[in-house]
Amino acid sequence: MRRSIALAALLIVSGFFLLSAFEMRDFGAPVCEDMDQYIIDYAQKEASANNVVTSVVFDYRGFDTLGEATVLFTAAVAVSVVFRRLIK
Amino acid sequence: MMSKIVRTITNILYSFILIFGFYIIMHGHLTPGGGFQGGAVVASGIALVLIAYGYDTVNEWIKKSRLSVLESVGALAFIGIAFLGIGTTFFYNFLANAGGLFGDPTVIGINLGNLNTSGVLPLMNWAVGLKVLAGLGSIVLLMAYGIRGGDK
Amino acid sequence: MIGNLPYAACAALIILGIYALMFKRNLIKIVIGLNLIECGVNLFLITLGYKSGSVAPIYTMAEKKEMVLPTPQALTLTSIVIGLATTALILSFAVLIYKHYNTVDASKVRRLRG
Repeated sequence: MRRSIALAALLIVSGFFLLSAFEMRDFGAPVCEDMDQYIIDYAQKEASANNVVTSVVFDYRGFDTLGEATVLFTAAVAVSVVFRRLIK
Repeated sequence: MMSKIVRTITNILYSFILIFGFYIIMHGHLTPGGGFQGGAVVASGIALVLIAYGYDTVNEWIKKSRLSVLESVGALAFIGIAFLGIGTTFFYNFLANAGGLFGDPTVIGINLGNLNTSGVLPLMNWAVGLKVLAGLGSIVLLMAYGIRGGDK
Repeated sequence: MIGNLPYAACAALIILGIYALMFKRNLIKIVIGLNLIECGVNLFLITLGYKSGSVAPIYTMAEKKEMVLPTPQALTLTSIVIGLATTALILSFAVLIYKHYNTVDASKVRRLRG
């Protein structure tokens, strides 16, 4: 009884996902691209890097990389808290 | 501790994996890659040695306290380099186009790539690469310590 | 309609992940389902930034000057690292549950009830 209700809910949710996947905008035509066009044109002049993605990660959007480094540090601390031995 | 075939292949392959990972970290501003990807490759090399030799042997080669010091050095170097450009703004690229260390200007357009360019980006790549290497290596070592019972 | 197939592939990954999360009882299979959902979301972020007839955004020995959008790729890097932190922590909890209850069946670890 519970399994059939769960299966019906999964079918409804998957119907929503597939319907929205086929009704989205065309693949290969992004809508607003002014900021990315500016970054591609001026990345070699301002950040002087050949790799545009690295210049976005570390130069134009460096603050997000600071948050991500904090998440990695928190994960290492949390795993070491789970596996410690209590000193008796 | 696995069989002799696995240990022999690990002895040969471990140095190549290490050099490949450091190559990806070093050339992050010219080719695809960077700090996070290269750190993950080196950490997978550490996981290979851990599987082939068992936890007791690896615990005498790689101590957990030294890995945590390496991770803290990487995090503090990242924040320190971000603070050094505080004259204009936080995270300012103060070494680009300046002529000193990593200061050559880039040729505009499609070019072959010069290692001496792009300012503060290679230093940040090294700091983040060390941090990811030490963090992932310490997570894998702690899980191996927790599985075998801990206090044997 | 046949051009929207990459979006349908991302939707299929997410649906398979939700199925493994709801209907399986082994703890390791539940963790695999969670990881599948996260992989589907990362793939969707990258396919949002594609332009027809463009190459990767690297200037070293590139073929032409039209490039795909670089900002979604930078955000996907952050998302992959956060997914790794979540998976590491939930696997540590699975190891702890096994050592305490001596089973990995999710319907047998209910000693708090009754």
